[in-house]
Amino acid sequence: MTGMYGLFSTPELAQQAVDGLRASGVPEHEITIQSSEPLEEYRFGSRDRDTVMPWISVLGAAIGMATGYFLTSVTQQAWPISTGGMPIVTNWTNLIIIFELTMLGAVFASVITLMFAARLPRPLPKFYDREISNGKILIGVANPRDIERVERALRASSGEVRMMGTEL
Amino acid sequence: MTRRTNNSLTDDLLRPVLETSTKFYVTTGLLALIVATGFGTWFYQIYYGLGVTGDNWPVFWGFHETNFVFWIGISHAGTLISAILRIVNATWRRPVTRCAEVITAFALMIGALFPLIHLGRPWLAWWLIPYPSERFLWPNYRSPLVWDFFAINTYLISSLLFLALPAIPDFALIRDRTTGWRNWFYGKLSLGWQGTPKQWHRLESAMHMMALAIIPIAISVHTIVSFDFSMAVVPMWHSTIFGPYFVVGAIFSGIAALNIVMAIVRKTLHLEKYLQPIHFHNLGKLMLAMSLLWGYFVFNERLVTWYGNTPHEMAALWSTQMGRYSPLFWTMIFFNFVLPFPLLAIRKVRSITATVIASCAVVVGMWLERFLIIVPSLSYKGTPYSWGAYLPRWPEIVIFSSSFAAMALLYLLFSKFIPIISIWEMKVGEHPHIKVAAEVQEAEAAGELV
Repeated sequence: MTGMYGLFSTPELAQQAVDGLRASGVPEHEITIQSSEPLEEYRFGSRDRDTVMPWISVLGAAIGMATGYFLTSVTQQAWPISTGGMPIVTNWTNLIIIFELTMLGAVFASVITLMFAARLPRPLPKFYDREISNGKILIGVANPRDIERVERALRASSGEVRMMGTEL
Repeated sequence: MTRRTNNSLTDDLLRPVLETSTKFYVTTGLLALIVATGFGTWFYQIYYGLGVTGDNWPVFWGFHETNFVFWIGISHAGTLISAILRIVNATWRRPVTRCAEVITAFALMIGALFPLIHLGRPWLAWWLIPYPSERFLWPNYRSPLVWDFFAINTYLISSLLFLALPAIPDFALIRDRTTGWRNWFYGKLSLGWQGTPKQWHRLESAMHMMALAIIPIAISVHTIVSFDFSMAVVPMWHSTIFGPYFVVGAIFSGIAALNIVMAIVRKTLHLEKYLQPIHFHNLGKLMLAMSLLWGYFVFNERLVTWYGNTPHEMAALWSTQMGRYSPLFWTMIFFNFVLPFPLLAIRKVRSITATVIASCAVVVGMWLERFLIIVPSLSYKGTPYSWGAYLPRWPEIVIFSSSFAAMALLYLLFSKFIPIISIWEMKVGEHPHIKVAAEVQEAEAAGELV
């Protein structure tokens, strides 16, 4: 893998670099952006915003609810225990367990979806720079088709341009 | 947008993680010693049986149950408050959230230990876990203790995840700034986090969804803890308002604990720049609201009992108003209402010191409240020939004291490994439009804006 990236000290410069790369014909999905904080006020930081995550959480809740229902009612029917004159399947008390498992389902679904969507856990890719943790914003292109144009776009925004990979 | 590039924020917040003083080792050692004493006492209690405690006929629930309810209440400080503040997007929440979430995680662990401590045979506690077994005896889902198991574990798991997820970007930060074992250790914890826009969006979406789920979970937990009492036909327990009464009390004591912890963290880790008077000011206001609500519930609870005038309920009630337990009751009223009210209601008085004094009073007062809910009612149950009294013995007192040391120890160790203030969230707070909103709030709090 080869790559070229610039490190920018402000989001404005990073935005310029992203605009420059787009103008030079680099497709949006090939531009890599990394920062140590969310920068949603900027166009480059607000991409990939759309998600079906809330619906998956709702699905998780539904699965949790069904699990809670079957766990309680099936258990009570399989091993009937007469308690304090209550019916064998006690829906009032079962609601508590069903509620807790519904919420747990939603929580687990949110976390699992995050892991899948954010592709975690994974080994730290080579296309990364520790300077990000010092507040720099990384804008780069992996396997650029036209290295010179990419470099020009990154340098135009006062980026500290770095290259990686054996072919460069 | 002009951004700070000197990384002073990151340096300040990482300092407690990366630098270790002799004081840390000494404090950790002392706290560990107290905790070990607590565990030793528990083993002593297991070996000689529950007879070594003050639990005896007719009061079989004493200090251990009081501590259970108290610690579960303290746990409401964190994740619940953090989730509410996240959802309403309170700009001042950023330095507070992780401090609060940590309290939840550890208070729940400590609280959940007390029912086990109170078991005569704690090694059989796993019978509560629902799984198919050759005994063909699954848990009875009609039992409030099984509800406790589900509720507390749901809250604990959710709170741990709620605490862990936003820590991932901070782990990545530490990974990048360290070498050796730390680099390896935090590299594993950061799960390969890079900080792409997609990762940030998904993290924030997940946090939002979890916050929405955690609020009802937290409320359910203390409602269910209250069911441990209100489902029993015991004087002053069989009440319909116990659920909300317990939830309010839990949030009340939780905020108080949060204030105390924040004041200690601020002083010992030198985070005065980040945990500012406005945070104590706002939490103080919230605590005042909870104090008023709590007072309302206490009045309600007692008025209805007094009006009903049932003999055995009146015996339990009078024991707290004018009898054996009355010194504790009036101390509770003083600590939970009389003292905090002027300290928190008068804006000029509501300083960090005043808020912390009020918080200390509330923590003591709320522990007394838990004790007064449990013990007097069991002392005066339905039949007068079974009336009796309860006095704790040394094992309960030692275990009770060591639970505070356990909390301090766990918190200390946590702050050694993970920044106690979320660094990336603080950085977001530095963004201009968010900063302006925060400054307006600060000015309002200081009375500079009318």
